[in-house]
Amino acid sequence: MPSQASTPRKEAAPVVLKVSGLRKSFGEREALRGVEFEVHRGELLAVVGPNGAGKTTMLGILAGIRPPDAGRVETPSGEVGWVPQQAALYRRLTVGENLRLFARLEKVEAPDAAVERMLEQTGLAERRDDQVAELSGGNQQRINIAIGLLADPAVLLLDEPSAGLDPGQRIRLWEFVAGLAKRGTTVIYSTHQIEEATHYGDRLLVLADGESLFDGSFEAMRQAAGASGEVTDPEADFVRFLEKQGH
Amino acid sequence: MRWLLLKDLQILRRSPLLTALLVIYPIVLAVLIGFAVSRGPDKPRVAFFNEIELEEASEGLELGAGGFSQDQAFDQLCERVECVDTDSREEAIAKVEDGDVLAALILPRDFLQRLQDQLAGAGLEPASVEVYVNEDDPIKADLVDDRIRSLITEANLVLSDEISAQLLGYLDVLVEGGEFSIPFLGQTIDVLGLERTERILKDVRSEVSGPRREVLDTVIRFAELAGENLSFADELLGSVAEPIAVEKEVVSGDVPPLDTFAIAVAIAITLMFVTTLLVAGSLALEREENTFTRLTRGLVSRAGLLAEKIGLGTICSIAVALVLLVVLELFVSLDWSRFPLFGIAIVLAGAAFAAMGSAIGVAAREVRASALAAFALTLPIAFLSLVPTGTVSEDVYDAIRIVTGAFPFRPALDALSAGLSPAGELPLNLLHLALLTVAYFALARLTLRRFA
Repeated sequence: MPSQASTPRKEAAPVVLKVSGLRKSFGEREALRGVEFEVHRGELLAVVGPNGAGKTTMLGILAGIRPPDAGRVETPSGEVGWVPQQAALYRRLTVGENLRLFARLEKVEAPDAAVERMLEQTGLAERRDDQVAELSGGNQQRINIAIGLLADPAVLLLDEPSAGLDPGQRIRLWEFVAGLAKRGTTVIYSTHQIEEATHYGDRLLVLADGESLFDGSFEAMRQAAGASGEVTDPEADFVRFLEKQGH
Repeated sequence: MRWLLLKDLQILRRSPLLTALLVIYPIVLAVLIGFAVSRGPDKPRVAFFNEIELEEASEGLELGAGGFSQDQAFDQLCERVECVDTDSREEAIAKVEDGDVLAALILPRDFLQRLQDQLAGAGLEPASVEVYVNEDDPIKADLVDDRIRSLITEANLVLSDEISAQLLGYLDVLVEGGEFSIPFLGQTIDVLGLERTERILKDVRSEVSGPRREVLDTVIRFAELAGENLSFADELLGSVAEPIAVEKEVVSGDVPPLDTFAIAVAIAITLMFVTTLLVAGSLALEREENTFTRLTRGLVSRAGLLAEKIGLGTICSIAVALVLLVVLELFVSLDWSRFPLFGIAIVLAGAAFAAMGSAIGVAAREVRASALAAFALTLPIAFLSLVPTGTVSEDVYDAIRIVTGAFPFRPALDALSAGLSPAGELPLNLLHLALLTVAYFALARLTLRRFA
């Protein structure tokens, strides 16, 4: 069981996703070893951990891309949206065409209205007729996320959404994601950037070698690592925490 | 699935290179095939130099009542090849070396004399022509060799006919009697002939008696027998001119006309490249653009995605084949009443190539890799499929049939040939294509499970 600490989680809100005893192996290698957690409506959960920790595997299972070997994923509120790490878009289609295609494939009731809503949310309404190949990496990622939101899911999974973006694009992306959470969408995202996790996440889920080591606030994690005082280097605190846990 | 299909067509429309390939490739191929089947092969160019003196040449070859003129032989030669006149032996040889002509044919100065001597029974060495070829290209060398041999054989046949006719004339004189001109001496003598000899002897027989009459009867009998037997020589000499007659009867291998076969090859090759590359590339593009996982995460089943790509390939196959056929119609007259037959062959061939493309596309993660794999796999199979029976050993041919049977090109070619002309087996080849479509679809589905 991961160490728990009091967090600013929105516990009053209903649980929208509950994971219990999640296990997954690839041959001899155990990618996930009994991961457990739950998230509430409108919460921003950052999944952090070193390379090979099992973050992408876990998000893949939550998204329904691959089945777990054991364990359960409960989604009482229904739909889970998924946004892959790299933009999964047709580069020769326009922004509008991409959104409309996926809206139709998602069998959204009013596809055109959903497209307009997403263009509005992403702030890309003026670029609806531009081919995706002509957009910057940041804007591509916004369309990538918008497609994950087309079916109006209760939970949105983002796999390292800021990878490959410049600092300006990152800030705009996280503002967009924070806006989603404010509107009630639960967002679970994986990241390598501890600062992003601490700054934008309501709480952290730390994975290492397929194990869930911690589930709580960044401050609680620092305390568990034996750090005190003002936060000067979140990454150093995180590394210290991992070392203390034997990783 | 229709949204995916529309999306792929939209992407295709926005890919100028691919669209150009889809439109230009069949048109260019159709024009080339059209020219090839409507114009026939060009005659090989052969340089010709005649060393025989003009006066002697105009006289030609003396063959009793008939003759063999050099002009006549030259005209026959130039019906088969494009004759290029030269002024010297050196010029003729130089044209071969420079590649202006495929070969040089030189008639030596003593050609007619030697031939004449030989026919008169006085020749020690046979008459010969000189042929110079440039064998830097084995196919070209074979072609020239075949043409020249064929020409010389024909010339020998013409001479043989003339000699046979002259011999028959001699025999007629011997049997029936008449005037006979002695070659070289220029004298004409009157020959009695066996029949007249027999009649004269029969006339004098009544005036002879005793043992001398018996002797006379023996001579009369000889003249009778000799006359009758020499009459058979007519047929014998006739058969010498053409000892082997050819009676061709097709017992198997209902062969379509050559132009139909050429059209079928053009369509099969076009579909093979365009459809296989298109479908393989389109599937690989789904992975390259990371949309594959997004699509197969519940929006569309993996089998549905494969079926959509095969549908896309089949639609493009039909369009491309129709463009090709319409352009070919400008050169050759197609039997459009057979459209339902070759139409279904096009549809099933397109589906089989598309299914094969899908199997390649799911195995390759990138468009470039899929294109390379598609080329590497289809091109050798197309070459192997065109190996005709009898050109390799039976075992090798059987092995080729088995290997090519596992790919759509050969059944597509056979089905298209059978669809375009009454020759060939259509239902069996259509069934073969349908089975290959199912097999490649299953293979692609299995590969997806392994790689995705």
